[in-house]
Amino acid sequence: MSEPVLRLNAIEKSFGALKVTDNLSLDVREGETHAIIGPNGAGKTTLIDQIAGALVPDAGRIHFAGRDVTELPMPVRARLGLARTFQITHVLPRFTALENVALAVQARSGSSFRFWRSAAAEEALNRVGMEALGTLGVAAQAAMHAGALSHGEKRRLEIAIALAQAPKLLLLDEPMAGAGADETRGLVHTLKGLRRRYTIVLVEHDMQAVFALADRVSVLVEGRIIATGTPEAVRKDAAVRAAYLGDAA
Amino acid sequence: MFEPARIASAAAAHLEALSFEERFAAGLLVLMALLPVAALALGGGYLLLIGERAMIFAIAAVSLELLIGVAGLISFGHAAFLGIGAYAAGILASHGHGTLSLALPAAIVTSALFALLTGSIAVRTRGVYFIMITLAFGQMAFFVATSLAPYGGDDGLTWPTRTLILGTRVLKRETVFYYVALACLGAVYLLAGRLVGSRFGRVLRGITDNERRMEANGFAPYGYRLTAYVMAGATCGLAGFLLGNQVEFVSPAYMHWQRSGELILMVLLGGSGTLYGPMLGALAYQLLEEGLARLTEHWKVILGPLLVLLVLFGRGGIAGAIERWRRGELTVEGLWAAVTASLRGAGASMVRRWQRAEVAARGALALAMPRCKAGWATIAAGSRRCKAALSEARVSLALLVDRSVTGALTRWRRR
Repeated sequence: MSEPVLRLNAIEKSFGALKVTDNLSLDVREGETHAIIGPNGAGKTTLIDQIAGALVPDAGRIHFAGRDVTELPMPVRARLGLARTFQITHVLPRFTALENVALAVQARSGSSFRFWRSAAAEEALNRVGMEALGTLGVAAQAAMHAGALSHGEKRRLEIAIALAQAPKLLLLDEPMAGAGADETRGLVHTLKGLRRRYTIVLVEHDMQAVFALADRVSVLVEGRIIATGTPEAVRKDAAVRAAYLGDAA
Repeated sequence: MFEPARIASAAAAHLEALSFEERFAAGLLVLMALLPVAALALGGGYLLLIGERAMIFAIAAVSLELLIGVAGLISFGHAAFLGIGAYAAGILASHGHGTLSLALPAAIVTSALFALLTGSIAVRTRGVYFIMITLAFGQMAFFVATSLAPYGGDDGLTWPTRTLILGTRVLKRETVFYYVALACLGAVYLLAGRLVGSRFGRVLRGITDNERRMEANGFAPYGYRLTAYVMAGATCGLAGFLLGNQVEFVSPAYMHWQRSGELILMVLLGGSGTLYGPMLGALAYQLLEEGLARLTEHWKVILGPLLVLLVLFGRGGIAGAIERWRRGELTVEGLWAAVTASLRGAGASMVRRWQRAEVAARGALALAMPRCKAGWATIAAGSRRCKAALSEARVSLALLVDRSVTGALTRWRRR
């Protein structure tokens, strides 16, 4: 097996006296879909923020794509190929859907310190952007302002933005949050199409979605990973059942 | 072959390709270009001076719009660049170096450097902190200027003459200066317009829209914001260069925070979010100032509330009103309908209120009447009883007197 895309090495993070990430190590292998599950308050979002660069861990190292990125800020990690979506969707509301994805392409293709030529007329940006919109099934909404899209469409647009970054790692923070049953089914279907083509870290509450998508699952409880393995193995793990899944599984 | 029809149609096609905004701005610039002709016909050289001033402030307003409308940074110290541009050129002129090849680059580069220096700190902050820190830097520049004793200090610096172009005083001719200012405004508008639509402008707008998303996309906002700040400062420095040239004078008052506030007002009055808006705002502000100043010397008493009302109720300023009018949301009929509807509404509500009051009064009366009657009956009964008691008392008294008199008489006879 080759070097993991993402390696967390004994990272720790505290807010005051509260230890939110506790001596946590994790490898994400190339091409796998790795789900992180855990009860509310387990520190999932804090973990995601540390991987993405919004927070810096107090101790431990983070390696991404063969580099130590522990101290690098979010924009730099993004340019290295780490694309993320947020638990609460973050799109550019006053831009059209196409401009939203075109901007993500622009970030990785050439300098943005260009002051004369019209960016909207750059075919190369728009073409790649349209592909990403097409993959997520929102190509028909390309000309609409992102602020006018429905909740589900915004979710899909945000994932399209992440894809337009041509990421080495796709970090999805609860993509099913706030979605209805139909929307969730549709999104799971779309995400299945992305498996193997992308390395994905998926943080999700929806257990059915997790067991349908993940190659491996890590269970996070009180800032520690108590089990990692295939969905079946994790489902059978006694400690996991006690701590989290309970009778639901 | 000279084919006027073809050229005209080609020009029309070109015009067709422009957006409404661009056409509007082009029309505005053409109107400004015709102003000297009108001034000649009306014999008013003063009109030229107002026009120049308006165009110079339009340049400053467009540069400020790059910060407010595009980069989302409300600078409350933008007038500092007006003063710095004017001082840089004026100081050179006072040393006998007032040539275009020196003074203009000096004005722009000095402004850009000041922007780089202050901006490198200011653009790290957001919102109200950015307003306060730019205000502080602006006032700092103001106080430095007041302490420039060799260059007039508080009193300001009078330029020996306008900037020399190729050693000539051609800029002294008012029409020439007018068209130079117009050309500068046209160039600034064109460059700013390209900038907004360029890769750089798109990133700036994106950062204004959702900073976190842009960071996650791989854009670090700091460099883009700082670059925008320097560009806006340098452009406003050009406006300062022109302003100093027009009046052949520069004083610390150019940099005062009130002037910065006026620049913000021009942008808001004209309408932030477009480039022609601030241009229009600067023109309108000058016209308002001139017109009201002619009306009364206490013109600020009128201008102040007028601006407050405009900003409060004229959403998006003048450009916003034009935009709504174009979308058909604002028409004369619509306005009339709104006025009549509100008048009718007011009338109807008055009638309703009157009716309600009448009903209430009747109800009160109906409630009160029986009580009144009952009260009256009580009083009447009381008085009747009173009368009866009185007459009874009278009879009793008469009887008593009678009996006692008779008794007394009987006793007297027995003796």
